[in-house]
Amino acid sequence: METKNKIRVLIAKPGLDGHDKGAKIVALALRDAGMEVIYSGLHQTLEQIIQTATQESVDVIGLSIMSGAHLPISEKLIAMMKEQGLDNVNLTVGGVIPFQDIPKLKEMGVAEVFPGGTSFKDIITSMNKLFE
Amino acid sequence: MGVAKYTKDTKGAITEVEYQSGIKVKPVYGPEDLEKAGFEYTKDLGSPGEYPFTRSIHSQGYRSRAWTTRQYTGFGTPEETNERFKLMIANGQNGLNVAFDLPTQMGYDSDHPLAQGEVGRVGMAIDSLKDFEIAFAGIPLDRIGSGLTINAVATIMMAMYQAVAEKAGYKKEQISTTPQNDILKEMIGRGAWIFPVEHGVRLVGDSIEYAVKELPKSNPVSLCGYHIRESGATPAQEIAYAFEIAKAYIENVEQRGIKPEEFVGRFSFNLNVYGNLWEQIAKFRAARKLWAKMLKNEYGINDKKKLFLRGLFGGGGSGLTKEQPENNIMRGAYYALGAALSGAQTTALCSFDEAYTIPTPRSALLSLRTLEMLMDEVGLRDTVDPLAGSYFIETITIEMEEKILEEMKEVQQMGGMVNCISNGMIQRKISKQAYEFEKGLQSGEYRKVGLNPESTDAMADKTDVELHEYNEEWAIKSKASLNEVRRTRNDKNVSQSLAALEKAAKGNDNVMPHLVKCCHVYATVGEMAGVFRQTFGEWNEPDFY
Repeated sequence: METKNKIRVLIAKPGLDGHDKGAKIVALALRDAGMEVIYSGLHQTLEQIIQTATQESVDVIGLSIMSGAHLPISEKLIAMMKEQGLDNVNLTVGGVIPFQDIPKLKEMGVAEVFPGGTSFKDIITSMNKLFE
Repeated sequence: MGVAKYTKDTKGAITEVEYQSGIKVKPVYGPEDLEKAGFEYTKDLGSPGEYPFTRSIHSQGYRSRAWTTRQYTGFGTPEETNERFKLMIANGQNGLNVAFDLPTQMGYDSDHPLAQGEVGRVGMAIDSLKDFEIAFAGIPLDRIGSGLTINAVATIMMAMYQAVAEKAGYKKEQISTTPQNDILKEMIGRGAWIFPVEHGVRLVGDSIEYAVKELPKSNPVSLCGYHIRESGATPAQEIAYAFEIAKAYIENVEQRGIKPEEFVGRFSFNLNVYGNLWEQIAKFRAARKLWAKMLKNEYGINDKKKLFLRGLFGGGGSGLTKEQPENNIMRGAYYALGAALSGAQTTALCSFDEAYTIPTPRSALLSLRTLEMLMDEVGLRDTVDPLAGSYFIETITIEMEEKILEEMKEVQQMGGMVNCISNGMIQRKISKQAYEFEKGLQSGEYRKVGLNPESTDAMADKTDVELHEYNEEWAIKSKASLNEVRRTRNDKNVSQSLAALEKAAKGNDNVMPHLVKCCHVYATVGEMAGVFRQTFGEWNEPDFY
C-alpha cells in the first residue's frame, strides 16, 4: 500500500486585512494534524498567492479573510486559479463569514467554508475528506 | 471556566484557580495576605488622585466627571460617516473614535488595485482633505476630540485633521486628536503595518515631536495593549508589552533632545476589558501604579499630571462569540463593569454583532446605553475605587504588578521591544499562546457560555443578526470624488509639496509640517504614503513558526 502523501496547505492572507491570529492558529493546528503548512504572511496580492501555491505545489489554498471582502476575493481567486491551471487545488475560506454567504461561496467553487468558531477538529476532518 | 484555569474535585467543587497572567487565586483572602504581600496604603495605593494612582488619577473619580464614551465609528463614504458621527453625538457621545477603511489605513487611494472590494468596508474611505471636510462638517472640533484609528500613516491623518480644522477656522492649538499611531503593536497584532520597523518608529517620533511643538491639546500616541491582548497575550503581557513599546518611542524622541517630561504626559493607552473580571481590575490598577512608578523612577518625572496612565479601557472583541450573538450584549455589560470598577476615563464597547458585521446603528446604540446604565443607573459614580482595601483585590493587584515586571524584564533581556518584534520573538510567543488557548476553548477546558459544551438548545447556530451591508456604490463614489479632486487641484502645488515631503523623509527633518502642506493642497493619502513607501521600503515580517 502506498504511503499517503501529506496534504500540503497554503494558509494565505489576501488583501489588506492584517488580523492574522486566526490564520496563524489554524496553520499551527493543521501542522499538528500532520499536514505540511506554508503561511503566506500578510498583505498578499492574489497574484502572489497563486505564485506561492504553484511554487509550493500545494493541495489546498486556505484563505483567511476578516474584512468582509470574502465574496469578491474568492470569486477573483477562483477565476485566476482556473487560468493558471490550478483546477486541482482546493480552495477553502475561513474568517468572519456570515452564514448566509456560505452557499454563495460554495456555488462559486469554494470547497469548504470555515466561519469563525469552527473547531480545529471540524476543519481537519473536512480537509482530510477532500482527499478521500 | 472563562479564561482562567479551574481544577475541580470529583464533586465539582473548585479546588484551584489560575489566571492567565499566572496568578493563583485562593478561596479566601484576609489581612494576612496583605501583610505577606507587603501591602502598605501609601506605597501601594495612596489616595485617589495621588501617586502612585492605583486608585484613580482623579481625587473624586467619576463624581467629578463620568467616563467619556467613544464608540468606534466610521464606514462607507465621508457623508455616511458624518451622519453616524452626528447620531452618536446627538445621543450623548462626547468624543469620536474614527474608523478608516483598509485602503486608507494602508496608504492606498480608493482607485488602487489593492483597494478593490475594500473601499469603505471597515471604516470610512479617505483619499484627500476633501473627504475630511465632508466627514467633519458641522462637528465642533474645538469641543469634540477625535481618536483616529490609524497607525502606519497616522502622521498623514494627524496632518489632515489639522488641515481640516484650519480650513474650518479653528487654530491648531484648539484641536484635540488622538491618533492611534502605535506601529509596533501593529507588528505584533492587527497587521496594518507598511514600513520597516525603524522607519515606523521614526514616524511615531516625528508625530510626537510635532505635537510637543505645535499641537498642545493633542495626544500623539495611543499605546495599544488592546490588540496585543487580542492576538493572544495574557493581561500581564498586554501591559508589559505596551510599556516596553512606550519606552521604544520615548527613546526615539529623547534622541532628538526632547526630554520625556515634555511629552510622556500626552501618551494615552488603549487597553482591553476582555477576560476574568478580577484579573482585569487588578491589571488596570497595577498598570496605573507601574506606569507612574516607571516614569518617576526611570525618567525622573515628578509633575503629577504627567504620571497619569490615561486612556480607553474597552472593546473586548476577543470575548464575543459568533454563537448566540445576543449573549454578547450581557457579556459586554460585564466587561464594561470591570472597566468602571477600574476607573476607566474613556471607554467603548464592541457591539454584540461584531463577530459578523460592522455594527448597525441599533447595536452601536445598545453599547452606548450599556455604558450609560453603569454611570447613570446602577451607581458606578457613587464613590471612587470602590474595591480598594479588598484583601483579594489588593493582593492580586500586587501580584499582577510582579507579573508585569517579569514580562518586561524578559523583553529587556532579549534586547528591547524593537529587537523582539524585528526578530519575531514576541509574535511567535503570542501566536503559540493563542493556539493553546483556542485548543483549551475547544476542548472545554475554558468555559464559554453558548459555545461549549456544545450547545444543543434552540439558539445554537441560529442567527438573527441584521447585517450591515457593504455597498458597492461607496467605491464608485469615492473614486469619482477622488478624480474630481485630481482634476481641480493645483498640480504644481501638489508636486512641490510632495517633493518637499520626500526630502524630509530622506533626511532628518520632521515630516509633519510637510504633510500638513500636502494635505492643504489636496495631495492624496496614496501620494503621501507613496513617498514614504519609496523612501523607506516595506517591512518583511519575520517567520512566525
